[in-house]
Amino acid sequence: MEVIIAGIRQALSMLVSFDPEVMAITWLSLKVSGTATLISLFIGIGIGTAVALSSFPGRQLVVSLINTGMALPPVVVGLFVTIFLWRNGPFGYLEILYTPTAIIIAQAIIATPIVMGITLAAMQQLPRKLRLQILALGATRLQMVWLLIKEAKLSLMAAVMAGFGGVISEVGASIMVGGNIKGYTRVLTTATVMETSKGNFDLAIALGVILMLFAFAINLVLTRIQQRERPQ
Amino acid sequence: MKRCFRIVGLLTAFSALLCMLVAGDADAARKAAAKQKNLILATTTSTQDTGLLDVLIPIFEKKTGYFVKTIAVGSGQAMTMGSKGEADVLLVHSQAAEKKFMADGNGVNRRLVMHNDFIVVGPPTDPAALRGTKKAAEGLRKIAAAQALFISRGDNSGTHAKEKEIWKAAGIQPEGQKWYQQTGLGMGQTLGVTAEKKGYTLADRGTYLAMKKNLGLDILLEGDAVLLNIYHVIEVNHAKWPKVNAPGAKAFADFMVSQEVQKIIKTFGVAKFGSPLFFPDAGKKVEDLGK
Repeated sequence: MEVIIAGIRQALSMLVSFDPEVMAITWLSLKVSGTATLISLFIGIGIGTAVALSSFPGRQLVVSLINTGMALPPVVVGLFVTIFLWRNGPFGYLEILYTPTAIIIAQAIIATPIVMGITLAAMQQLPRKLRLQILALGATRLQMVWLLIKEAKLSLMAAVMAGFGGVISEVGASIMVGGNIKGYTRVLTTATVMETSKGNFDLAIALGVILMLFAFAINLVLTRIQQRERPQ
Repeated sequence: MKRCFRIVGLLTAFSALLCMLVAGDADAARKAAAKQKNLILATTTSTQDTGLLDVLIPIFEKKTGYFVKTIAVGSGQAMTMGSKGEADVLLVHSQAAEKKFMADGNGVNRRLVMHNDFIVVGPPTDPAALRGTKKAAEGLRKIAAAQALFISRGDNSGTHAKEKEIWKAAGIQPEGQKWYQQTGLGMGQTLGVTAEKKGYTLADRGTYLAMKKNLGLDILLEGDAVLLNIYHVIEVNHAKWPKVNAPGAKAFADFMVSQEVQKIIKTFGVAKFGSPLFFPDAGKKVEDLGK
C-alpha cells in the first residue's frame, strides 16, 4: 500500500517541480498519441461514413472486418509495423523504425478501426429519412454528409475519446516500434514498463498517475465539447 | 450556421495545433538530418535495468556525435536482430550463442568488455537447503529433488541460456515439471515474480543488487566458475549487411573497451549498492576470468 501512496506523492512532486525528463516524456506521449488519433479520425470517419451511407455487395463482410479491427491487439500491430519498417524490410529505406514517427504509424493503425467502427454505428443510427430530407432541401451530397456528421457529433466525439484512449494507454506496439529510447521514443507507458522491470514501483506508479491525469484533462475538454450542444 | 462555424473552427484549430507540434519539432528535424549518425545498439535487459547504459550512452553520444538507439531485449533476441542486420552493434552475454553468431559470419571483432556473475537466489527460508552448496549443478539438483519452485526466464536470454546449460550439467530436464515455471520476462520482472512466489531463480548479480531492496530474496549459491556472466561487444558484419553502420559500431565497441569506460564500469554502482555491479575486463582472456 505504501508504495501506491509514495507513487502518488512522487507524481505530484514531479508535476509541481516540472521534472524535465518526465515533462518531455509526457509531452511526447501526448504529441504522438494526439497525432495518431488525428490521422485515425480522417481515415476512420471518412471510411466509416462512406460504408455507413452506401450499400454494396459484401458490405456485411466489410463491417465485420471493421468491427474485428476494433479488437486489433497492439502487439500484433507492433510486430507487423516492425517487420515492414526493418532496414531490410519493404519500407526500410524510410529509416523510421525506432522513431516517434513509427509509433505514430502503429498507433494510427490501432486507433483507426476503433474510430471507424464507432462512426459506422453512429451514422447508421441516424434516421434514414434524414438523408432524403436534407437532399430535398437542396443540399449537395457533400453538404449532406457534413450535416449528417454534425448530427452524429455526440457519438463521433465518443469515437475520438475511444481512439485516443486506446492509443495513449497502449504499450505493446510503442515499445516494439519505438524501442523505448531515452529522450527520443520513451513515452509514458513504455517508461512505466521499464521502471516496473527495474523494480522502481513508486516511480512506475507516479508515471501511471501522470498518464491518468493527462488523459482525464483531455477527456474533460473533449467531453465539454461533446456535451455543450446536447439535444434538449 | 453559427454552431457549424464553431465546430469547424475548433476542428481546424485542433488540427493546426497538432500539425504545428509535429512540423515544428526542431528536435526531430535535427535528428532526421543526422540520420547517418544513427546507431542501433541491441543489448540485454541487464545493462539497461542496472542503469549502466544510462551513464555510458550520453558520454558516447557527446564524444562521437552518434545518436544511439538502445534496444534492450534478451541476448537471444539481440543476436537475432544482429543476424538480420537490424542492429549495428551488440552488447550481449550468451557465450555459446555468441560463438555460433560469429561462426555464421554475422559479426566481426567480438571483444570482451566486462563480467559479473550469476547467482541463485531464493527465499530466506531456503526450502531446498541450498545454502552452503558450492556447485551450481548440485544446487539445481537439490531444487529438483525438493521440488521447490524454480522460476525461469524462459526467454532465450543470456541468463536463460546459462540456466539451461546448468540444468544440462545437472542431468535434469526441468521443462514440463510442476515446480518449474517460465515467465518469458526480463530479469527485473522475473526477480519480482520469484520474490512474490517465494521461489528460486538464476539471476545476474547486477540486476539482483540493483533491485534487492524490494525483493526479500537471499543469495543462496554463488562462486562456481560456471556461473561467470561475461559480456562481449560484437560489431555486426558490414560485409553481410551493407546497411549496417560499420564506423558507428566500431566507434561504440572501441568506446566500450576504452580505458575511460572501463574505469566507469569498475566503480559503477559502488556508491548506490555498496559493491560494483560489473568488473571491467577489456583486453583480458575469458579463460583468465574469476581467478
